[in-house]
Amino acid sequence: MFGPWSAIRTSLQHLSSVVWLLIDTIQEMGDRVVRGRMPFRLSIFFAQTDRTGVGSIGLVSLVSFFIGLTMALLTGYQLQTFGQEQMVPGLVAISFTRELGPLMTGIMVAARIGAAYTAELGTMVVSEEVEAIEAMGIGPLRFLVGPRVLAVFLLLPCLVVVSNFTAMVGAALISRWAFDTSVHHFVHAALESMLIRDIIAGTVKSFLFGLIIGLVACYKGLSVRGGAAGVGAATTQSVVTAITVVIAFDTLCNIVLVALFNS
Amino acid sequence: MSEPQKNSVELRDVHLSFDEKEILGGVSLSVPSRSRLVVLGQSGGGKSTLLRLILGLLKPSAGEILFNGLKVNRMGRLRLNRMRQKIGMVYQYSALISSLSVRDNLALPLEELTSKSRSEIDQLVDEKLALVGMSEVRDKMPAELSGGMRKRIGLARGIIMDPELILYDEPTAGLDPVISAVIDELIISLSEKIGATSIIVTHEMGSAFKVATQMAMLYKGKIIACDTPENFKASTDPVVAQFIAGDTQGPILQSTPS
Repeated sequence: MFGPWSAIRTSLQHLSSVVWLLIDTIQEMGDRVVRGRMPFRLSIFFAQTDRTGVGSIGLVSLVSFFIGLTMALLTGYQLQTFGQEQMVPGLVAISFTRELGPLMTGIMVAARIGAAYTAELGTMVVSEEVEAIEAMGIGPLRFLVGPRVLAVFLLLPCLVVVSNFTAMVGAALISRWAFDTSVHHFVHAALESMLIRDIIAGTVKSFLFGLIIGLVACYKGLSVRGGAAGVGAATTQSVVTAITVVIAFDTLCNIVLVALFNS
Repeated sequence: MSEPQKNSVELRDVHLSFDEKEILGGVSLSVPSRSRLVVLGQSGGGKSTLLRLILGLLKPSAGEILFNGLKVNRMGRLRLNRMRQKIGMVYQYSALISSLSVRDNLALPLEELTSKSRSEIDQLVDEKLALVGMSEVRDKMPAELSGGMRKRIGLARGIIMDPELILYDEPTAGLDPVISAVIDELIISLSEKIGATSIIVTHEMGSAFKVATQMAMLYKGKIIACDTPENFKASTDPVVAQFIAGDTQGPILQSTPS
């Protein structure tokens, strides 16, 4: 039977499966550590960090540069009518450190890395590679999921820093050209208006978004059924789910922050 | 007086259903240590599922599965992982890790589960590759190998940890007669050399009679016969007789599930 209750029930089932995936992965890694061994292969972890972090710098920088530039240009023109274009640096700085940096980076990483993880793990499931790893007693969660989730979890905040920086560069350049704001003044005004609370909020969100993207991607990949078509469907679902959950979680974070700090 | 033979694997009234469809309806089977049991049965009849149940990859709906006297279906994830280190699985389609070379595929369980040095691991890898006659492909990727070569590498990986129990899922399906004979002899020599118990799921009757010390017929989710190869050959059971002869006339086709 279809309907809202069925959808809610299915969503809760997926949520509980994702939570169990995290718990089981931590348990498998913990068991290894207790036995005095590495929780996963460092070579796999570094390959994933390279792919997630270094590999995403280009995309994140370019998109953030353009968003920062566009944001400064459009808001600047509106503010200029009130003679308030000097507010542009602060506006871009706050928007990116607290909101747009983590959100846009999360969306880009979900599309780029989340899709790749799901497709990769899904193909391994279809070709029985994951089962073979499990059958050898290696523990596929610590071997496959652990390094991937940890890589996105740790690298997303780093990418957010890159995103914030390139957005500010874009905004500073367009402000120099369109509103005659010097780069020195832009940097000074941006630093003046940034609050440590916004930076912390943005950083905490980045870690959480990384965890969500990694877990959703691996969960969808390991749940693939039905061959190549199943891999395709799971990859689409993974990206859609991760982006939706990241935006929903961002909204929730903002509500909590506003309720707690009234700002 | 000789000591009674210990069972390596025991299945007690094992039931398994997927989405209300019954796959196994009360399978009971004992596999003595060091024996080579061949499980025969129709395609899609649950033979490979039986192997996955023994490995603890699937949980039965009811019944008990024991390996070396320990209840597999009661084990948690971590205990299962430790138990699986004593079992080697040879997959029908090899299931080699496509991103790793042949050497790394074989070395994977040794690197992950033992404290052996790199030189010891390399020595073991070379030894097992030589055993399956595949030394020359050591540094190739699985995608560069033929189906038969992949199967032999899969076999080498299955025995790399010198397991107590080796599960073979269609080890000779799709191979030419010569390579099939090589694999059959390998299964026999392995079980004799390392004293491993073997459970072999196959459709190839020639291979089955060559390697088996014991045979079982899985039909309609139950073991309907379990005996020595000689008694199997002489069986008067219409299902067993039809399956062995490969006849089109008999009870199997009349009741084949759609």
